Amino acid sequence: MSSLPTNVPVILAFPSVASCVTILVFVIMAVGLNVVVGYAGLLDLGYVAFYAIGAYTAGWLASGQFQQVNFHFGASGISSEARGIHITIWLVLIFAAILTAVGGILIGLPTLRLRGDYLAIVTLGFGEIIPQFVRNADSLHGFDLTHGTFGISPIDSPGFGQRLHDSVGLPLNFQQSFSRERLFFWTALGLLLIVIFCSMRLRDSRLGRAWIAIREDETAAGAMGIPLMRTKTWAYAGGAFFGGIAGAYIATFNSGAFPTQFDFNISVFLLCMVILGGMGSLWGVVVAGTILAWLNFDGLGNIGSWFNSNVLPASSQIDVPKYSFGIYGVIIVLMMLFRPTGLIPERRRKREIEEATHGGPLDESLYEMRGADEPGAGERGEPGKIPRG
Amino acid sequence: MSEPAPAPAKNDDLLVALKIRKEFGGLLAVNDLDFAIPTRSIVSLIGPNGAGKTTFFNMLTGLYKPTAGAVIFDGHDVTGKPPHTITKAGIGRTFQNIRLFPQMTALENVLVGMHSRLKGGILGSILGTPRVRREESEARDKARELLSFAGLRRVDDELAESLSYGDQRRLEVARALATEPKLLLLDEPTAGMNPQETVTFLDFVSRLREQRTLSILLIEHDMKVVMGASERVTVLDYGEKIAEGTPHEIQHDERVIEAYLGKAATG
Repeated sequence: MSSLPTNVPVILAFPSVASCVTILVFVIMAVGLNVVVGYAGLLDLGYVAFYAIGAYTAGWLASGQFQQVNFHFGASGISSEARGIHITIWLVLIFAAILTAVGGILIGLPTLRLRGDYLAIVTLGFGEIIPQFVRNADSLHGFDLTHGTFGISPIDSPGFGQRLHDSVGLPLNFQQSFSRERLFFWTALGLLLIVIFCSMRLRDSRLGRAWIAIREDETAAGAMGIPLMRTKTWAYAGGAFFGGIAGAYIATFNSGAFPTQFDFNISVFLLCMVILGGMGSLWGVVVAGTILAWLNFDGLGNIGSWFNSNVLPASSQIDVPKYSFGIYGVIIVLMMLFRPTGLIPERRRKREIEEATHGGPLDESLYEMRGADEPGAGERGEPGKIPRG
Repeated sequence: MSEPAPAPAKNDDLLVALKIRKEFGGLLAVNDLDFAIPTRSIVSLIGPNGAGKTTFFNMLTGLYKPTAGAVIFDGHDVTGKPPHTITKAGIGRTFQNIRLFPQMTALENVLVGMHSRLKGGILGSILGTPRVRREESEARDKARELLSFAGLRRVDDELAESLSYGDQRRLEVARALATEPKLLLLDEPTAGMNPQETVTFLDFVSRLREQRTLSILLIEHDMKVVMGASERVTVLDYGEKIAEGTPHEIQHDERVIEAYLGKAATG
């Protein structure tokens, strides 16, 4: 990454590799949230709960958190004497995803009967409950599940083990490697591509059609043979699955899972990415996620310091990142005004807007037909005198 | 005029509704209605606006749970089952005010109708197994066939909302047919059509029955529409059956004329 430009105008510096990893993880989560919000049309304001469940699963399955046991499976770079559960991160990512999906189903079953605003409020609650729970679950009848406010740390790092290292030259352990961050970056990019691929395949499948049908008209979808609860729960589980992967990955990258990481702001931030990209538009969400995440972790700071040193006098410097959520709010408002379908609108949404602005054919034909039908109304009585009309 | 006798539950009835009743708070929308649809018949349910036709319809399709009574379809009790179960059992429907998936293409709308007849699961779809791919391409072929059967040509990739009104009605029927129904329920399908379109549409409905071994229940408030198309007509007023018989009998039934046509005639 050293060959990358380091002095781009305004952007100033290309984001560091470590920032890139975090950006990619956030894009993975945005793609996951897009399944729930964009495809199935379920407004989820508590997506951060899935992120937390994923991260803590990694903490449980790949750290010394549970000193009572000594279980090793494929973990590299860890002394076999080390106590706790140490499963190789590759498996932990899958376990975390599955466990988070199960969590999604458990949260979904009671809540998905609700529609619209009510669902949003309940998911908001869950997004608050999960971090509160992990903050306080350090003594469940004396059992330390989450280590409270200290969080779980250190968490093991991915690696390929001695045999693959010797035979193919794959890294033994990311943490102990000199190119640690680059390894994490390329792995995150690989994960993102897998997640995008799965999301794309799901969208074009029988299940994806059912999600979009529910988003379009829930009653009609039910009448067409789509089991509403089950299908919505699958959307939730799918979104949670991706959130779990992201959570577990960021935990192993940070080598820790801490309750302060899982703020409500993250749920909103991810929702901004989905809205900005265009709800349901996979590539839009990827692009918008990248831009917003970059702004959040690097961009605003860089732009702010450029602004301070080039525009503002030394006496009135401003701390731009402080105003980040105000800035995102302005971006969303501007988007809604000038490009309501998002950066890269989903094909169908784009056409909807275009037709709405040019007078949809639907409206025209409705008008024509209604007019033509008027003479036939005679047999139902004079207009205004139709019994219980 | 004597109370019309309840339709006898014969063995060749595809659907039987027994003493079905629906109350909305204090409002009695459907009052102990007995109703039967013989296999491979076209029957109609008519009545003035607010007579309880659509409420009855929604109970058959699981959108409402009846307050009392039972619905037997094809030998199975489907009373109060959720809509998707009833659709899978073989009752397809259209809606009075068109309810297509506006931002899906015509083809996708029909494919959604096939949902309960397809099997593709999550893993199969992600991995793109040969079985799922084959099923999808067969489903697409079948959906195209259904579209052209319904008289929709070159609209496969058009968004449902951009179709003309008549085509939207046709697409709704095509989507309902995609659920592979034994009984097709059409809720005021000619509402908003001009006389010429109505004739064409009713023609299409009788063609349906001949080519697809279907029974059809037609709901209308426009009596003229059902007279030519159906074999038996049931008249509903204030949630009660006031007459039942052939279109000819209905046209000459005093109670019907009084409750329905009569008011219009004196209006």
